[in-house]
This record gives sequence, structure tokens and C-alpha cells, in this order.
Amino acid sequence: MKFTLSWLKDHLDTQAGLDEILVALTQVGLEVEGVEDPAARLGAFRIARVLTAERHPQADKLQVLSVDTGEGEPLQVVCGAPNARAGLVGVFGAPGTYVPGLDVTLKIAAIRGVESRGMMCSMRELELSDAHEGIIELPADAPVGASYAEWAGLTDPVIDVAITPNRQDCMGVRGIARDLAAAGLGELKPLDIPTIRGAFPCPVEIRTDDPEGCPAFFGRVVRGVKNGPSPEWLANRLKAIGQRPISALVDITNYVMFDHGRPLHVYDVATLKGALVARRAKAGESVLALNGKSYALDPEITVIADDAQVHDIGGIMGGEHSGVTEATTDVLIECAYFTPENIARTGQKLGLTSDARSRFERGVDPAFLGDGLAIATRLVQDLCGGEASDAVEAGEPPLALRTLKFDTGLTERLAGLAVSPDRQRAILAALGFKVDAGWTVLIPSWRRDVDGPADIVEEIVRIEGIDKVPSTPLPRVDGVARPTATPAQLVERKVRRAAAARGLNEAVTWSFVSEAEAGVFGGGAWTLANPISEELKVMRPSLLPGLIAAAKRNADRGAASIRLFEIGRRYLADAERPTLGFVLAGDRAPRSWQAGRAQAFDAYDAKAEALAILAAAGAPVDRLQVMEAVSPVYHPGRSATLRLGPKTVLAEFGELHPGTARAFDVEGTLIAGEVYLDAIPAKRASGHMRTAFAPPALQPVTRDFAFLVPADRAADDLVRAVKGADKAAIVDARLFDVFTGAGVPEGQKSLAIEVTLQPGEKSFTDADLQAIAARVVAAATKIGATLRA
Amino acid sequence: MTDLNLIRSKLLSITEAADSLEAIEAVRVTALGKASEIAALMKTLGGMSPEERQVQAPLIQGLRTEVADAIAARKAALEGAALEARLATETIDLTLPAASAPQGSVHPVAQVMDELAEIFADLGFAVATGPEIEDDWHNFTALNIPETHPARAMHDTFYFPDEKDGKKMLLRTHTSPVQIRTMTSQEPPIRIIAPGRTYRSDSDATHTPMFHQVEGLVIDRGITLGHLKWTLETFVKAYFERDDIVLRLRPSYFPFTEPSAEVDVGYTLVDGRRVVGGAEPDGWMEILGSGMVHPRVIAACGLDPDEWQGFAFGCGIDRLAMLKYGMDDLRAFFDGDLRWLRHYGFAALDVPTLSAGVGA
Repeated sequence: MKFTLSWLKDHLDTQAGLDEILVALTQVGLEVEGVEDPAARLGAFRIARVLTAERHPQADKLQVLSVDTGEGEPLQVVCGAPNARAGLVGVFGAPGTYVPGLDVTLKIAAIRGVESRGMMCSMRELELSDAHEGIIELPADAPVGASYAEWAGLTDPVIDVAITPNRQDCMGVRGIARDLAAAGLGELKPLDIPTIRGAFPCPVEIRTDDPEGCPAFFGRVVRGVKNGPSPEWLANRLKAIGQRPISALVDITNYVMFDHGRPLHVYDVATLKGALVARRAKAGESVLALNGKSYALDPEITVIADDAQVHDIGGIMGGEHSGVTEATTDVLIECAYFTPENIARTGQKLGLTSDARSRFERGVDPAFLGDGLAIATRLVQDLCGGEASDAVEAGEPPLALRTLKFDTGLTERLAGLAVSPDRQRAILAALGFKVDAGWTVLIPSWRRDVDGPADIVEEIVRIEGIDKVPSTPLPRVDGVARPTATPAQLVERKVRRAAAARGLNEAVTWSFVSEAEAGVFGGGAWTLANPISEELKVMRPSLLPGLIAAAKRNADRGAASIRLFEIGRRYLADAERPTLGFVLAGDRAPRSWQAGRAQAFDAYDAKAEALAILAAAGAPVDRLQVMEAVSPVYHPGRSATLRLGPKTVLAEFGELHPGTARAFDVEGTLIAGEVYLDAIPAKRASGHMRTAFAPPALQPVTRDFAFLVPADRAADDLVRAVKGADKAAIVDARLFDVFTGAGVPEGQKSLAIEVTLQPGEKSFTDADLQAIAARVVAAATKIGATLRA
Repeated sequence: MTDLNLIRSKLLSITEAADSLEAIEAVRVTALGKASEIAALMKTLGGMSPEERQVQAPLIQGLRTEVADAIAARKAALEGAALEARLATETIDLTLPAASAPQGSVHPVAQVMDELAEIFADLGFAVATGPEIEDDWHNFTALNIPETHPARAMHDTFYFPDEKDGKKMLLRTHTSPVQIRTMTSQEPPIRIIAPGRTYRSDSDATHTPMFHQVEGLVIDRGITLGHLKWTLETFVKAYFERDDIVLRLRPSYFPFTEPSAEVDVGYTLVDGRRVVGGAEPDGWMEILGSGMVHPRVIAACGLDPDEWQGFAFGCGIDRLAMLKYGMDDLRAFFDGDLRWLRHYGFAALDVPTLSAGVGA
């Protein structure tokens, strides 16, 4: 909401300076978003007189002027304006001056070989209007050498404040003045409501057939008006706040809207047929609005229509057909009350915003219809002449008095700020509340937002000064702070730092992916109805699409070794599941003088990451089974799941299917995995005490075994069988070699296992060892392995 | 005696002259072996009278020990020299590069969330979470934002076509629905923060369709705006690790708080960059929205607003990170550029703690 300082002073009698006003505005909750002081912006431009104007020797369209700037010798200025001539008084910018309309700072320059020491300016160059047919022409008696901005009265600062959605009353200058007066910055001037005597009955029937959407429709006709450009004061005010003056009648409606937060509409009576009625639109009706667009209407939308057609989307935008023109002689002024909820729904449905909508949907003052109509009528008569009819007041605005009982102690209980009851009463009175002796508060008609005691506290605090609220420490529990993290949060923290410690870089990627990307991962369960783009449309079913895309971007930027992980949610139909995803791409290790060639990542790297992350999360990694992968995004022979029991999948990992990589336009092999954090069983709380430390008395011994197994037999089967062969003696079995080739029959492989044996009370005897070895071989044989000779 | 001295000087001199391990071994045999002069002297002790032996034995033994020690010392010196000579041939070029371990990193958003959890734990706040795919009751209605409220349109909400239990499903536009979920699921007193992802249909240099917020909520008896002010001041000072931080509360409007305030933090200009803090701020930056929880919100959660009151605040985590660590482009947070992640990320061991300082 923009307004000028002088406009504010129409309503506020104040001695306060601009800076003081700006501070107060922000303090009461009307945040100052910007201040524009044209005096500062145009301060360097001076009034100057053209003494002589000669043809430029090199250019037909240019002239060489001699300009009297009021000080020193006349200056030579090259000028292309057709109206430049000797004797003209205009506006001059000297070298070094910034010209806002051109966004340049003037310099002494040679133009077609002739030196030019400044510039005579057009209105557009000063951003004062769009006029650019020639340079500005001032009256001959304008004082040469004086500041143009000061002389032209362009010293009125423009203030832009952000109005929060609850403060419709401050969407007019008067409401802002009232807040400032309450804050002690002066007196709110009395409002002069003109008394209009109707000279004749209103010739157009006005009524509302939609008491829900438009409970009140006031209006009258002014006949014999002469519409034309607004007088300068009005046009300048509208221009100052960024509104384009159109014609006096239209400008008056805008002016009253910005002055009082009271939207109005004017109709050319000559275009109306029969009664003007507020009603619901009929299915199939449409209207060509003043923005040049046509809108299809439906019966939920309140319109203003006559016998022939719809003229106005009630409270939002008028129609082309009945708009006033220079030829209008009889005008009908509409001043109605539209129900905020209906306006909001209609505005959302049509996707149409306007200054009127933003006021009506927040709720205009229902007690200001007659006054608003009178103010507008007087302005029309003053600026356009004419004779006013009687006012018609159709329907009833919602004027029910709203009161509430207020306990002045609540201010301190809720805000922590002690304010004396007298002061509270004074603040409320200044804001227009009426408070009786028993603290029943009558809420002003323009404060629809106030409906509870907490709102009253807010009014008192913001006017008294929120900065006066004393900082009060929250009560603290005794002792040091208690731990607050939940088990799930602890898991997340541990896996994050474990992954980072292992050299992975944490990324955060979008929660939404494209339909195609989600499709590669089996499709998403949640698709946005209104995505911001096709790329960000489906809630990700996996963390991998985002990570693969990030890996590709890094590869495209030349990264040779990519290790990315993310902790976030997969959005499935039944729940949002916390997940750690990772992607490894490129080289695990670069070529080096020690190791030779660069080594690429492989599926075993994914296994190592998955196991390390699960271990960090406290999963029982010793008990996990490696089983087949379930997702088709992986290479079917180079991927796996880690499960706790056959059903609980804790992680999936491996080399991605070449088709997956291709879908993301990635060259080369991608290694990836996901750890399903919510599938990891919670650790049982067992206190801090560890079991007693009891190292075995005797040293363990190791024995190596090599077995031949069918080539397609999983190594883990053999390791498990060996480990289980003698649960008392065998504490570990570690596979350390896999071999095929010379000496190993076709279709088989040799697996070498180091078995660790832990003696108990006594050292193993040779007989013991032989017996254990026999059990190991027997267990291996059971799964089809044979001991290598 | 002269004999002994002669033998000593002779043996010590050949010991000294031995210049290899073989030579010193030969000296040892010559000086201390069975056929040596010292062995011969030792043998003479048997034929002496006790008195004479008492005099001669220590002298002969002394000579033997002295020579043996000298030989051992010479041998050790020769061995040392031999080792040094060998080592001198074994040099490697340690300017060659060692194998490097990959440098992992923690994303700034995660790091800042950990910092917040640490600071607020000290103030007694637990960390709460809630779904990102929300229904419109939790995201709007329960927060006193009815369907036709202008604030709903301002939120640029992402909607799903789906409905759950007759409620419209959407992506939460703020972390405030966690307030509702907390108040409807646990008994006051309540002190929580709720960090997480939030979504608005908005995209430009300072807005991304996904971003991170942290919500704070205190519900108790006798909580006032003064407690809110203190909590925010305490938090901001702890987070930026400066005591000269000035906050400015501005009355504002949020449908779910009453009174409401926006909070600006003072900044000073240092080398053209805005740095949070300074007793005499050069300007103000908005950092969060806050207020006393609206009685209707408390009632919507089934609590009695005459008994329970409290405050809530919401703050952009990405923005907090930017203000503290100096990133200037929000979009880079979500690009996964390794160069950016390494530049602005944190080491695994940079765990925020109060004793070490929460910042890294």
C-alpha cells in the first residue's frame, strides 16, 4: 500500500518528520517496505533557459543549444528534441547527474563531433510520465537555476507499507493515519462527510437479489456530468502511488478506495437497460472484464447485472460494456458490501486479483457505505459537475454490534507487559474502540479482524510498543539439560556422520522428481495436482533418482570420483519412510604411482557402505543375510538385499541396471544403495553397564581350509556352514580367497577359508583339532563342497 | 703390574683399531679367548697365596671386564655404523604423494539442524517431527486459517488430487502443522522444536519450491510474550555465538498466533557483506515469525485456552545457514554440486556441542 506524506497529512495533524513517521509505522505493525523521495531522486535537475538553437553541422535532426543554467557561462548542449528552440525554459541535467528514465549518468560527450555538456530532459527521462514527444516546457517565468523538483512540488515522499491480511482498515490512508494517531504521532483530523441532497429520484432501480453474497447495494445517479482528465492534484496523487490516471470519474473511485479503503464502481447509465441488480450469475453467463479478458461465470459468483447482461464481477472487477467514457453524461455510482468469503472463493476460482478484491475479501467497513457514497458523489460533482439523485440503499450491511468483555489483567498475563487500565482504555479509544466502565469493549465496525480478548491485547501491545515487553527467562529445570533426541533421530545422526566419515558427501535433493524418473523406480504414489514444473511433479519413491541426477551433473562438470548420499524420506502410499540413499560413480581411487590404474567402483563398494551404515545405526550386521535384490533398477546379477530374516529388508544395493543409467542419460557404471532406516530394529535399552571383561585365557589358533564348490554356489553358504560346524570351538570363519582356473574343475570354484578356533580351559590336542577339522569338512560336504586335496 | 698395563694398552689399542665386525670378533678371540693372555693370567690366580690372590684377582678381573666392555662398545659402534650404512642405501622419496582418503561432508542444512537441536535441548526443547504430505486440516484449518482466508492463497500451496478421510491432501507449507500434531498427541507442558522440509509453489533467486523450516512451540501455564522474546534472543545469540546481537520485534499477523510479531535481527556491514550482530546495527533483516499461540488453535487441539497458553515461532533453516556461513544462493543448497558441498559442508567430526561451541 503506497501513499504520499502530504496525503497522510490530509488525515493526520502532525508535527512529526518523515523519519519519525517511518519508525512509528513499523512499530505499530505497518512495515515500511520502501520510501521514495522524489526530491532526492530529481534533486540535481535545474530549471534552465535555451538562449540559442542552431542546426547541428553534421546531423539534420540535432540542434546545438546554448543553455543558461543560472550560473556561470551558458553551456553548449546537443539536443534531438523537435521542440527545442531559443527562449524555451526547461529542465537541465548537468554532467554527473543520474537520469532515472534512461538509467545513465550524464557525461561530457561529443555527439557527432560536437561537444555536449549536459541534457535537456523529457518527462519520461525523469520518470514523471510517459511523455517523450519533446523536452519539458515550463512557463517562461519559471526561475532559471532553481531546483526543478522543488519548483514543481515534486517533494512529496512516497511511502510503501506492507499491510498484513488482517488489516483491511489500513488499506486506506485514513486507517493508517488512525494507527499513527493512536501511537502518539498527532491527531486524527475529523472526517467531513458531505451532505448530498438528491435533486430527483434515482432513475435506475437498484436492488440486491443475493443477500448472502451482496447484502447491501447502495448507489445513486449523477446526471449531466462532464468526464475528462482529472485535475492535476488528483492525477499526481494517483501517479505518485503507481496508479495510471484514466478519467476523472474512474480516478475518483480509485482515490476513494486508496483514501478510505472503500472500493466503488461507476457505470455509464446510458449503457444500462432496466434495473441494476446484485444477483448470482447464471450458468453459461460470461463477462468481458475491464482487464480485457472474458470470464465464464457460475451460480456461486455474485455479479451486478441489468436486464440485458452482466456488467460487473461483484466486488472484483467491472465490465467493459458499461464503463464510463469521455462521452458519459449520466453516471451511476455503486457502493456495495460484498461478503468476504464469497469474494475470496470467486477470486480464487477465477484467478483474478484486483485492488477491490483484496479489500472486499478482507472485509470493508460495513458502516461506511453511505459515507463512502456521499464522499464519492461530492467529488464527482466537484470535478465533473452534474446533479445528484437521491441515494438508494438496497439491502442491509452486516452492522451487528460486536462487543466483548475484556479483563485488563490479560495484557500482562499474555504479553508480559504491565499497562495501566487507564492507558489501555486510552489506546483502545484512539483506535476507535468504545469501552464502558465495566470493560465491555465495542469493536469498531472497520475492525473485522478483532474478535477475542487476545486481539485486544495485541492492539494494546503494538500501540504501547512491543519493544517494551521485558525479556523473561523460561523457567529452567534443575540440573543439566536432559537428552532430547529420539531413537530415530539418534540413528539419523549416526548414519549421517558415519557416511561422511567414510568419505561420502551429503546432498539434499528435491523431494519431487519427474514422472519419467519416478517411473524408472516403479512410479510414485503421490503426484502433485499443481506442480511448479514437469521436472518436480511426483513425490520420490526412492532417493536414487535425485542422487543419480546430481551425480550426472557432477560428472558433467568433470568430477572423476563421486560419492553422494542423502538422508530423507521416500514417499510411499502408506507412509513417508526415512531412508539413506547413496550413489557411487566414477573412480573409487585415481590412478597412482603405487596402484597403477584408476579403480572403478563396483558392487562390493556398495556392500561395504551399506554394511558400515547399518553398523553405525546399530543393526545386527553379523546376523544379516545377503539375498537377491527386489528392485529391477539394479543389475540382476550384481545386486542384493541385506535382510534380517527373510522378510525384513534393511538395505538394497548393487550395480544399477544399464537401463537405469541410460534413463538418466548417464554413461558408465553406477553403484548405488539405499538403507531403510525405519526397518532397523530399535536397540533395547540396557543401561550403560557393559558385561564384565573376560578375555579367554588361551590364544586362539587358526586353520585354513580350501573347498571346491559349484561356481554358482553363494560363498556365504559355505562360510555359514563352516562357522556352524562346531559352535563351541569356532569363533570366526573368514573367506580369504576365491580361485578358478588351473587345477579347479570346469564349473567349480575354490574357496579358501581361515577358521579361528578358540580353546577354552585347555589347549587343543591334535585329536581335538582333527575332530574339529572333520566336522568342518562334514558340514561343508553337506552343502555340496569338497575339500581340496 | 707393568704386565697388566702393557696388556691393557695393547688390547685396547687393537680393539680401537678393529674396523669391521669380523675384525672385532677376531679381537674378541685374541683378547678374551682361551689362548689369550688374560686367560693365562686368570689361570695364574690358582697358584697364588690367598693374600696375593686378594690383591691380584681384582686387578686381573678388572682388566678382563674393561677389555670386554671396550670390545662390546666397539662392536656396538661398528654394528651401528653398518646399520647406518645400510639405511643410507634405503632412502625413499617421501615427497611422493601418499594415497588420499576421500573427504566426506555433512550438508549445511543437516549441520544447522543439529546445532538447533543442541541449543534447544539446553533450553529443554525436544525435537518433534510430522508428515510432509499433510491434510488441509492440520496445515490450515486447525491453525485458524479457514478456506476463504486470504492467508491461504498467500501460501502458494502444492495440492494432491488425493483425499484422505475426506480431507484435501497437500504438501505442508510450513512446519506449523507439527504444533497441532504435538498438541493433539501429548499433554502439556510442551517444549518442542520441529525442523523439516516445507514446500511452496514459488521459485526465484531467494525462493525454492522446497525449503527447510524449524518450528518452536511452548505450551504451559503462565507463558507470555516476554518468554518468547527471551527465548528468541537466547537462541539467536547462541546460534550466532555472539552476545552483541540485537533483535527487533515488529507487530505482525499470523492467523495462528495472537499477538503476532515478526523478528528482525540487526546486522553490520563488514566488507560489503551483511554480518549478523553488532550493538549498533547498520540495518535489519527479518529472520522469523512468532507470536502467542491463538486461543482457537489451542482449543482446536482439545486443550483449554484459559488454562494453557504459550508461544510459537517459525524460522527458515536455509536462511539461518546462509546468515551464519555466508552462502548467497539458496538454489545451490539443492543441487548436490560436490564443489559446493565440500566448500560449505562440515566434517563428520564437527558435531555441534555446547562445550565446543555449536558452530564449526
